[in-house]
Amino acid sequence: MTARRLAHRTSLLWLAALVHRLSGLALAIFLPLHFLALGLAIRGEAQLEGFLRWSDQPLVKLAESGLVFLLVVHMLGGLRLLLIENLDWRDRQKELAAVAAGISAVVALILLVRMF
Amino acid sequence: MNVRLYVWQRATAALMLPLVLVHVTVIFYATRRGMTAADILARTRGSIVWAALYGTFVIAAAIHAAIGVRNVLTEWSPLGERAASLFTVAFGAALLLLGLRAVAAVVL
Amino acid sequence: MSDARSELTVSLWRGAQQGRYERYNVPLRENQTVLDVVTFVQRHLDPTLSYRFACRVGVCGSCAMTVNGRPRWTCRTHVSTVAKAGHLEIGPLENLPVIKDLATDMRAFFEKWQQAKGAFVPSKTRHDAIDAIRPDSPARIAADAAIECINCGICYAACDTVRWNPDYLGPAALNRAWTLVNDARDAGNAARLAAVAAAGGCHACHSHQSCQEYCPQALNPTASIAGLKRRTAAAYLRGEIKA
Repeated sequence: MTARRLAHRTSLLWLAALVHRLSGLALAIFLPLHFLALGLAIRGEAQLEGFLRWSDQPLVKLAESGLVFLLVVHMLGGLRLLLIENLDWRDRQKELAAVAAGISAVVALILLVRMF
Repeated sequence: MNVRLYVWQRATAALMLPLVLVHVTVIFYATRRGMTAADILARTRGSIVWAALYGTFVIAAAIHAAIGVRNVLTEWSPLGERAASLFTVAFGAALLLLGLRAVAAVVL
Repeated sequence: MSDARSELTVSLWRGAQQGRYERYNVPLRENQTVLDVVTFVQRHLDPTLSYRFACRVGVCGSCAMTVNGRPRWTCRTHVSTVAKAGHLEIGPLENLPVIKDLATDMRAFFEKWQQAKGAFVPSKTRHDAIDAIRPDSPARIAADAAIECINCGICYAACDTVRWNPDYLGPAALNRAWTLVNDARDAGNAARLAAVAAAGGCHACHSHQSCQEYCPQALNPTASIAGLKRRTAAAYLRGEIKA
């Protein structure tokens, strides 16, 4: 109805909530695939080894680093919620949310570097 | 989401905080060492600690992810409460089965 | 004004749920509020425009509208702080059905207030001694921090969870429930906690905090809702709520 998007959707805390939701969805989609890959070991070590060698490709490593970012950012976003809901209210949450995203990015970047 | 789903979701979230840290550490260790399947399985086969940690992780993740996705479905999709609840149980069960199978695959 | 504009162009929503924005030219004055602008249009340009106001001084909450995408009290919003390049877009509050033009149907907002048990339930009669409530008790401090709500609907309009979940009781109703949960005189907390612990209650809140960002009374419904989450979880774990 209103032609303009509600301006508050660019607020940092709203963005943090969106990142939290989208990362959760991505992880939920990834998880069954992850379990299936590990389950290859049931058929023997060779199957799992085959998969691990496939995953040595640069693009896959990049994706894995991305997944670690999603995991850490989702965890830190969830931690933020647990703090809001269980501790006394604190201001400066925007800064905390930004720091959480930053830490996630750093962790994922370090992993990426180590993989190459 | 009601209080029952909320308590289960927040409790599994809190439980997974240390488990995620363990998991990310394991990932870092494994990639640094460039481990093969044989290296990995040598460490996990027969390990009670591994089974306990990752078994717990799987159960918590299955519950947490199912409830989380349910919230997204009720808010962003046309599915009603009943359909969403059905999905939750199905998805959670699938994750539990596949996950415990994966843990068994590397531990047994 | 450094730019010598003498006119403001204003787009106002005309119609109901379906409709369109219509443009009007309004004289630009110093110290002009958005409500002044809407009133000018109705009195001098188009008498068919429908809108609500009452006190004009920021104590009743009747004049809340969407101004350039944000829900605000129009009587307390100066044109100079919100007009972009001499233009304003004004629409009715979001998340509520539109009756006509800038006036919305607020029944759902008030019905949810009742559903959240946002009404005081007395525990004593006039023959009983008066409860001594210390203003510095933690419960009273918590209640006082949230008590100044005047039901303007801005938080409800700003909340995306209200938009996504038609059952969600919303920040204002839950905020009021929190003040009563902290009222030592109130006798209705068993029913109240059950009401806010149900689907659509406090647990639907994702802490986006748009409510807190836009509340003109500087209230913090997110914090109130967090308090309700703690209380209901504790009550549930003690077996006092069936869910």
